[in-house]
Amino acid sequence: MTNLSVETITQIEQPLPGAPDNWKRFFSFSTDHKVIGIQYLVTSFFFFLIGGIFAMIIRGELITPEADLLDRAVYNAMFTMHGTVMLFLWTFPSLVGLSNYLVPLMIGAKDMAFPRLNAAAFWMVPVFGVILMASFFVPGGPSQSGWWAYPPVSLQNPTGNLINGQMLWLLAVAISGVSSIMGAVNFVTTIVRMRSPGMTWFRMPVFVWTVLAAQIIQLFGLPALTAGAVMLLLDLTVGTSFFDPAKGGDPILFQHFFWFYSHPAVYVIILPIFGIFSEIFPVYARKPLFGYKVVAISSLIITGLSGIVWVHHMFASGTPGWMRMVFMATTMLISVPTGIKVFAWVATVWGGKLRLNTPMLFALGGLVMFVFAGITGIMLASVPIDIHVNNTYFVVGHFHYVIYGAVVMGMYAALYHWFPKMTGRMYSEGLGKLHFALTFLGTNLNFFPMHPLGLQGMPRRVASYDPEFAFWNVVASLGAFLLGMSTLPFILNMIGSWVQGEKAPQNPWRAIGLEWLVSSPPTVENFEELPIVISEPYGYGKSEPLVANPDALEVSHESN
Amino acid sequence: MNPTKIDPSLNSHVESTHISGLHGTVEHTHDEAGNSMFGFIVFLLSESVIFLSFFAGYIVYKTTALDWLPKGFTGLETHEPAINTVVLVSSSFVIYIAERFLHVKNLWGFRAFWLLTMAMGSYFLYGQAVEWRNLPFGFTDGVFGGTFYLLTGFHGLHVMTGVLLQTIMLGRSFIPGNYDKGEFGVAATSLFWHFVDVIWIILFILIYIWQ
Repeated sequence: MTNLSVETITQIEQPLPGAPDNWKRFFSFSTDHKVIGIQYLVTSFFFFLIGGIFAMIIRGELITPEADLLDRAVYNAMFTMHGTVMLFLWTFPSLVGLSNYLVPLMIGAKDMAFPRLNAAAFWMVPVFGVILMASFFVPGGPSQSGWWAYPPVSLQNPTGNLINGQMLWLLAVAISGVSSIMGAVNFVTTIVRMRSPGMTWFRMPVFVWTVLAAQIIQLFGLPALTAGAVMLLLDLTVGTSFFDPAKGGDPILFQHFFWFYSHPAVYVIILPIFGIFSEIFPVYARKPLFGYKVVAISSLIITGLSGIVWVHHMFASGTPGWMRMVFMATTMLISVPTGIKVFAWVATVWGGKLRLNTPMLFALGGLVMFVFAGITGIMLASVPIDIHVNNTYFVVGHFHYVIYGAVVMGMYAALYHWFPKMTGRMYSEGLGKLHFALTFLGTNLNFFPMHPLGLQGMPRRVASYDPEFAFWNVVASLGAFLLGMSTLPFILNMIGSWVQGEKAPQNPWRAIGLEWLVSSPPTVENFEELPIVISEPYGYGKSEPLVANPDALEVSHESN
Repeated sequence: MNPTKIDPSLNSHVESTHISGLHGTVEHTHDEAGNSMFGFIVFLLSESVIFLSFFAGYIVYKTTALDWLPKGFTGLETHEPAINTVVLVSSSFVIYIAERFLHVKNLWGFRAFWLLTMAMGSYFLYGQAVEWRNLPFGFTDGVFGGTFYLLTGFHGLHVMTGVLLQTIMLGRSFIPGNYDKGEFGVAATSLFWHFVDVIWIILFILIYIWQ
């Protein structure tokens, strides 16, 4: 009570997020989770474009069978940097950004548990982004060992410089790891301890469940990669012999460390996308999410199972037969909780009164491509097929359907769906639908041809190939350039609508959720009074209110 | 537009504090020390996975490496490290006593036992340094040399961090009113110290006893 006046003064100093003259706060060490969320999203989208340029350079090389566009070393650097940028600088940070923006709003909290830690974690992203990009300017160029950085390839240092591409790569990955752990501690603490009164576990939106499940994976998985990366860095710089077979080291052990994290990392990426699907389908189908509790719990089951599947990346790494059998079984098992979710979404959409606007189109498109990726995933889980297509374009096609088809499409769906909430403006539906059409077409043109190529035996990570593979490669390259073009209407839409879009009301989609009960964009403190939640989420078609105090959440409605 | 938007938020705090006083339902969101402790435990759990990974690596190397020990080296001396172990493990009890003293507001009792913990931690580090100096192999001598220095070094780094945190906490105990808002710093440092101890016990069994 006594410090009331002090807090009121700080409130005046902090400008409201809606104010247009206020863009400078995005370049400051802001501790508002909404500002940090948008900082993450914009920064990671910038790196998405850079990673996309790398991808188009790769596809430019592959449009002809000969290696004629790039030096082979540059080509190696391109696919290494493409994978690294897309994972560590686009998918992880963009989903952390979205989670940052939404989780406190969805659970009825005024901010994250540790706002300063949150800001520090964000500002590490541009730092390690710059470190990674700096590797273009060191002797020998960037790392060429792929995003796996398998030794002994990653231990080669032909220029002999201490500061080389691989070393900077490891440094960037290490900083990314620290940032992710800081974020994970923050998210888990926030979700466990900062929920508003009445927000019981089974009243949390599925997106919050999936963020919790994903961040738990970060906590138990990432340290394993850190351990492997530290040992690799020591091998590379100090001259220890952990992974160097010439000195008695064990390169396979690195693969275990790497995949113990990096397979679950796929679930870190896809789980929040499952959450986005679970949020978006009920809104635009006007039906409650089918099997809410089962969908929520299956996220945690995925978290548990994700820790015991990693060896399926190593079926061809001299893995003993019994181990292959075990990990084939666990890998196929993990498709059960995933399949449950897919059925739940289909049942949600089934018979609904569908509204096919941009977020819904992206979500449906993402779901279709995720199912396709799931089918090829089951194929790859089976040891005989995996041995046949190991390290071919079939694998590349499979994971691009996951990461572009499901993750990027889901991310776009989320960006359109919550755009009015974040900016207080409506986006252009026409440009959005054009963006969807180009993206859906481009994704399939780009990544479908990789499946027949892989089955025919075209290896991945090569700059030149047999002429018999030319047809599908030309199709894939055209698809890649189309995907590059597809970002243009999106950028135009986002910037144009943010600057001069139509003003967005509090709840343009008539969605049910705490974030839709406050103004667009929400005030710095989110809620004047903490919401008292009294019913389960997704109450579409029901008449029970979500909170007991809807009119007390904000004071200022009549002034708008 | 803007002034009208700011105005209501001026009243907001009156509103929210009023409500929280009425129902008493929202205190848990203001329990910052509780959040910090929870977050710190989550962090330590995550940190322990790095050690588990190193331990797993050690076990793999020990059971599969062709040339395990460096040439001419027969095995680690266990006598001095055992004394070190006793000192470090008993310091966990000493720091607990210090914490109990603080709990009953006996500041000098707290400082005395806290200082004793720091001395025992420093003795451990000294013993570790002496052992390192007398070993005939280095960091780059095969996977045994690598894993030995990696494990003991990474653990030693944690002991050093622990002593550093203890120094800060000791210094802060002289600030008047330092414990008015709770004893989170001391509790977290103490928990960290127990964590470092447990890790050492596993490490001692793996490296020194299982030879």
